[in-house]
Amino acid sequence: MARPRVSPKMPPRSAPGLPPFERVVERHGPALLRFCAAQVGPGRADDCFQEAMLAALRAYADVRDPGAVRSWLFSIASRKAIDLHRERARAPQQSEDLEALAAAHEPVHRDEALWARVRELPEKQGQAVALRYLADLSHKEIGEIMGTTDAAARRNVFEGLTRLRSELDLTPAARRPSRKHDPHTSR
Amino acid sequence: MTHTHPDDLKSLEQQLRAHEAPDAAAWARARRKLAERAGSSGLVDVAFERHESPLGTLLLGATAKGLVRIGLPAEGEDAVLEELAARVSPRVLCSPRESVTRARRQLDEYFAGRRRSFDVPLDWQLTRGFRREVLRATARIPYGRTASYREVATRAGSPAAFRAAGSALASNPLPIVVPCHRVLPTGGGLGGYRGGAGAKARLLGLEGAA
Repeated sequence: MARPRVSPKMPPRSAPGLPPFERVVERHGPALLRFCAAQVGPGRADDCFQEAMLAALRAYADVRDPGAVRSWLFSIASRKAIDLHRERARAPQQSEDLEALAAAHEPVHRDEALWARVRELPEKQGQAVALRYLADLSHKEIGEIMGTTDAAARRNVFEGLTRLRSELDLTPAARRPSRKHDPHTSR
Repeated sequence: MTHTHPDDLKSLEQQLRAHEAPDAAAWARARRKLAERAGSSGLVDVAFERHESPLGTLLLGATAKGLVRIGLPAEGEDAVLEELAARVSPRVLCSPRESVTRARRQLDEYFAGRRRSFDVPLDWQLTRGFRREVLRATARIPYGRTASYREVATRAGSPAAFRAAGSALASNPLPIVVPCHRVLPTGGGLGGYRGGAGAKARLLGLEGAA
């Protein structure tokens, strides 16, 4: 009897328990889109998101640890964001055209001014701050993504915050009114 | 560097942590665009769509070869998607695929009483060996007719294996299109059905076979 043949196009058997990619998109997609908007600016958020998700889908069957999917996904988006950010730095004239944004229906979040400040931080600090507060990752995970130790990741976050704080103090007009916080979620 | 009081950093941390949620409309647009781009990139191993029917919401999944799975409402979407991820590939995404579009149109016609057989490419990979033979024999039972478990076992080449035929039918990955609802126990009654006895009765009623 002929053995059932495996189509050569099918990916190699992946780790057990890897959820359908659809669930990854549902669970982490909205946060990832928000992360992209903060890292590259609202005008390019969608490009960054699409490229990151397609890259993730391409490599998904090779993921070995289902528990690390979230940080893996944000590490991909982080790399795409840095590529786009550097591109923008080379061609600044085509960056923040608000009319073009409105035409593209891209939302500008109310706290965009604050995250625009984060984008102006040195690259490592801005990346660490976004991974910490938007992606909600631990210092250990941030270190793994950025190729540093936990301690260096903690330092990047702290230095980013300190610098951001002092820059906001210098230009009080740019400060956003502080928002109401749920006492259960703030630390 | 300016001296920074720890409390100042706390309030900044809170502002950063309390970031605004992603815009719902922008998320819906991004999701749609991803479905289209992923679908045309060839990166999706199982594309699926949800389809409203008189039985409830069906889940239609297809590989590049054809329709691979029809999930009935009673099975639960999570279970069906997880089965596809484990047995076919985890690259499962809600995205468009021609065979699914075709199946949706034909299912609508079937439920409206305007179609008696399906013409959609099928991918049989979720069933093999004797089970596949049983399902292929089942696929040849005409609209509005029924057969017994023993009859399909015989047509699949093993008259004595009617119990195995029953379990093959119970695990039919492509219900409705492969009409396992047309197989009934000889002793009377409806027998089992993956989508529940109510769904089986409804399909037989639609075909005028009940």
